[in-house]
Amino acid sequence: METLSFLADGFAVALRPENLMWSLVGVTVGTAVGVLPGIGPALTIALLLPLTYQVDAASAFMLFAGIYYGAMYGGSTTSILLNTPGETATIVTALEGNKMARKGRAGAALSTAAIGSFVAGTIGTIGLTFLAAPVVGFALRFGPAEYFSLMVLAFVTVSAVLASSVLRGLTSLTLGIFLGLIGIDLQTGQPRYTFGIIELLDGINVIVVAVGLFAIGETLYQAAFKKTGSSDILAVTGSLWMKASDWARSWRAWIRGALIGFPIGAIPAGGAEIPTFLSYWMEKRFSKHKEEFGHGAIEGVAGPEAANNASTAGVLVPMLALGLPTSATAAIMLSAFQSYGIQPGPTLLTTQPELVWGLIASLYIANFVLLVLNLPLIGLWVKILKIPQPLLYGGILVFATIGTYGISQSVVDLCLLYGMGVMGLFMRLYDFPTAPVIIGMILGPLAEQEFRRAMTISQGDPMIFLERPLSLALLVIAALAVLGPVLWRRIMNNKRKQEMGTA
Amino acid sequence: MTNGAKPKTARDGIFVGAAIVLIAAMLGWQTALIPSGAIYAEIGPTIVPWIVTALLCALGVSIIAEAYFGFWHVDKEHGEFDRASLAWIAVGLGLNVALIGVLGFILASAVLFACTARAFGSMRPLRDAGIGFAVALIAYAGFDRLLGYQIGDGLIENLI
Repeated sequence: METLSFLADGFAVALRPENLMWSLVGVTVGTAVGVLPGIGPALTIALLLPLTYQVDAASAFMLFAGIYYGAMYGGSTTSILLNTPGETATIVTALEGNKMARKGRAGAALSTAAIGSFVAGTIGTIGLTFLAAPVVGFALRFGPAEYFSLMVLAFVTVSAVLASSVLRGLTSLTLGIFLGLIGIDLQTGQPRYTFGIIELLDGINVIVVAVGLFAIGETLYQAAFKKTGSSDILAVTGSLWMKASDWARSWRAWIRGALIGFPIGAIPAGGAEIPTFLSYWMEKRFSKHKEEFGHGAIEGVAGPEAANNASTAGVLVPMLALGLPTSATAAIMLSAFQSYGIQPGPTLLTTQPELVWGLIASLYIANFVLLVLNLPLIGLWVKILKIPQPLLYGGILVFATIGTYGISQSVVDLCLLYGMGVMGLFMRLYDFPTAPVIIGMILGPLAEQEFRRAMTISQGDPMIFLERPLSLALLVIAALAVLGPVLWRRIMNNKRKQEMGTA
Repeated sequence: MTNGAKPKTARDGIFVGAAIVLIAAMLGWQTALIPSGAIYAEIGPTIVPWIVTALLCALGVSIIAEAYFGFWHVDKEHGEFDRASLAWIAVGLGLNVALIGVLGFILASAVLFACTARAFGSMRPLRDAGIGFAVALIAYAGFDRLLGYQIGDGLIENLI
């Protein structure tokens, strides 16, 4: 019951008028950027990182939490009305949601997404509330070797398992680690990877990399490869009130989605894509209306949307309890902690209880505000969707400039920003994932720290990572995660060859 | 030789892999320049950079091999390549870098906005510049005056 009294303290922080205001602003901004195709929560939080110099930590994290949850919800509106998923995690929502909208049932699709997001987001946040402390208890037994191995596992899962190609995912990650190493080594004071440029001594700001890859890269890509034929925005048709049959078909899907999404978000594999696909597949299997799938089945919207939101909460478990970000957004939130001089990790819960519990309480509030705000404001979101491309991307580039020039007034940073944008263009062109770059950049230096600590303890003997059982287990899982899919494909190929041979 | 010419995607893959090897070589050169004090002989500031260099090199070589043996695929479908659009954005970004120190953020942003809008097919440069000016003005007021960002001086900035 200790947890509940901490949570009550958290609500006391989160319900302060100025914090409620930040939460409201965050949810609104978050939904707007979620609705806009091409920009997401990671980019938005990166742009707002300099706020951490201005406002206190609690307020900043209320804002970021609101953006994080809001963007997840906003993406579903785009998927349903435009059939162009705003976020990768809402691809599945577009499958059934857009079909529903085409049949004049956009209202019901938006409602089941909104209410499902609320239900699953709340279940996920409850999970986070009660899981954080036990995970911390477990993590306190970790030494540097275990931590390093855990980070290696997180590296592998976020880059190799989630990407379309293991090699490309790992390349993105390695480039990210390189970017994170640039600057003065804090332990020895030696400059690394500075190429003789004085501005690089302080390292590259994560804002420059995130905004460059996500905003500039996306704009360059969209400009260079314009899609022929514009997709039409569907009108919000049909009542927003769901019929009794809609409720009956939705609620189990919400619960199932939440139960799939939260645990998958919480394990270091992170990511919201896998749970949404799993939930879709499950709903299709369990549905009494299988024939409707592919033609606008409401379960196909309700389940994946719930899974998406629950996994959003799940990602915060390793983030708050272990200091382990497993999504680009979580990585940028971690760098926000760092800019307050707070190092997330198992001690965070005891050293900063007000902040952590305030943040968790604000997630409940953000969820509630989203439910109250979003459906009535649907007309506004549709207007945002209708911003013509030339003005949308013009605006994105102007705001991208603020995020970097507005903190350093440095033309070098501006050039770096555009350089990152060109890199982002090539990565999109050749299907390299961009999120691992951000995760590698933030987590890389932390992994290096643990690595060097462990190696100092063992007096330079790398066997320490294999001799400690927990560390070994984590590394074995990581190795399986990389090699598993490759070996599997080889076995299947051999099998096929044998079958062809005998045929 | 029946498959004398590699398909275009394979050439792309080899090109990408080679670029990554090149980056790895650059990292190796920079890593070699890091002084690693004698006290830290084994666990100094160079060990992780060397691991990163080696890993990147191995990944680049693997991608070349993957492409050479025909396993390189890009599943994503791109639209048609539009060189003129890309050029307009490049001009906008270049002008932004050149003008932001001289004219200030707001005017440089209006130019960037107009060039970007042109890249996305808008044919009304004056209207776009006007909208860009308004967007930049609001953004400046919000971020610089309200949120405390330091966007710096400029012709318009000094007037308000």
